[in-house]
Amino acid sequence: MPAAIHTAGLARTFRMKHRTVEAVRGIDLTVQEGEILGFLGPNGAGKTTTLRMLTTLLPPTAGTATVAGHDLARDPAGVRRRIGYVAQSGGVDPAVRVREELLTQGRLYRLGRDAAQERAEQLAQLLELTELMERPCRALSGGQRRRLDIAMALTHSPAVLFLDEPTTGLDPGSRAALWELVRQLREEHGVTVFLTTHYLDEADALADRLVVVDRGRVAAEGTSAQLKQHWAGSTAASLQDAFIAITGRTVPQEEPAAPLAV
Amino acid sequence: MLPLLTDTRIVAGRYIRQTLSSRLSLGIGMVQPLMFLVFFGPLLHDLPLGGDGDSWQTLVPGLLVQLGLFSSAFAGFGIMLEKHHGVIERMRVTPASRTALLLGRLVRDVLQLLFQSALIVLAGLALGLRAPLAGVLLGFVLVAVLAVALASLSYALAMRVSTPQEFAPVVNTVNLPAMLLSGILLPMALAPGWLDVLSHFVPFRYLVDAVREVFAGHYATGAVGLGALVTTGLALVSLALGTRVFRTAGA
Repeated sequence: MPAAIHTAGLARTFRMKHRTVEAVRGIDLTVQEGEILGFLGPNGAGKTTTLRMLTTLLPPTAGTATVAGHDLARDPAGVRRRIGYVAQSGGVDPAVRVREELLTQGRLYRLGRDAAQERAEQLAQLLELTELMERPCRALSGGQRRRLDIAMALTHSPAVLFLDEPTTGLDPGSRAALWELVRQLREEHGVTVFLTTHYLDEADALADRLVVVDRGRVAAEGTSAQLKQHWAGSTAASLQDAFIAITGRTVPQEEPAAPLAV
Repeated sequence: MLPLLTDTRIVAGRYIRQTLSSRLSLGIGMVQPLMFLVFFGPLLHDLPLGGDGDSWQTLVPGLLVQLGLFSSAFAGFGIMLEKHHGVIERMRVTPASRTALLLGRLVRDVLQLLFQSALIVLAGLALGLRAPLAGVLLGFVLVAVLAVALASLSYALAMRVSTPQEFAPVVNTVNLPAMLLSGILLPMALAPGWLDVLSHFVPFRYLVDAVREVFAGHYATGAVGLGALVTTGLALVSLALGTRVFRTAGA
């Protein structure tokens, strides 16, 4: 199977006033088509920076990557046509109506007026937003807002979907529903999913394979069972034990950068 | 080129609809210029202002530039909220031209400033302003170019800073001296030598002079040419800066 994402030595340094911060020091990873990859790491490990590079938001300072068949450096526009991205903060304006957001997104993906209309209705149906179309986004619950974010990211039926901490701030019911949705996208549409999370149970339950980053490098990778066996000595161990053994730190708790609902 | 235009139209449509649905934002920038028009304008009547036109032909052009300083220069405020909510990043990940994300907003800002300018001129007419239509329209063109310049700079700044608390002081710090030194309320021709010299370092001064000329019915003069040149130059530099920020911003 061809790879949906392949990176070699992907790195990013930030120049601050008096020092240089190596946020990502060289990430090598491969994600297969149709795979759900869990991207884990402690605070400041470089998860979000890596994600932002792979989604063309941040140019890498070194290394190469191919995403959904397009070279990140040479053809970022090609990458953008084939990926969907849901940021941790989401991406909708609280003052704008759900329908308007879906329509604008369709138009930005170069759909004609009618096609955008049709696609908005389809997505609303798929993500159970039909009843909410005329509401301003601020009136949506956290779970509804997340479904809208994902609907917008699916506008152009992307081959690869990037989700940054998708269930942060969601109630358990909405979390379970979102996991189900991600599985469904993979089963029915063959979507490759690259997701960062700091919930180890989420990584354990949802991802086919895990990549643990620490200090800007890949520290470990494998299935959840492999990581538990290798790092914690038994497949019956908890993923948290394996995580502590890999990174020397406890659960990768972190606060969301922006609240989901204001 | 065609996708750029289409994307610009789509982005412009979104923000025009937003502006129309919140009429408050249309009015806010107009409060100060309208106050000056009504509470300050009548004081100038019969005063020797050193220009060709009467006092209204001197004041209203200044107020149009002030409107730009208080309306377009704050355009970046809205984008800070959008940045916070992730709207900018979401749009930057679509195939839409990143330049269009700026240009579409500018289309809205120009239309907004023109609409507000028209209201100011109408209010001026009610108070006694008389100016040739061609001159007023030409003045609007100059003001539109100013809107492009100020709004681009405002967006570039807003994309770089992370909180409104950093943004507002910068704009206010620039706006007040810019307003005083460009002779918005009274022509700089009245100023003592040193102040007049100083004001020549403020680009808006040339624009104010040019708009006053066209409101007085003088079109082919050096002041008009200089004002058009300086404003266009400022707009081009600002656009280049704004475009660069929108294309590369890693914030």
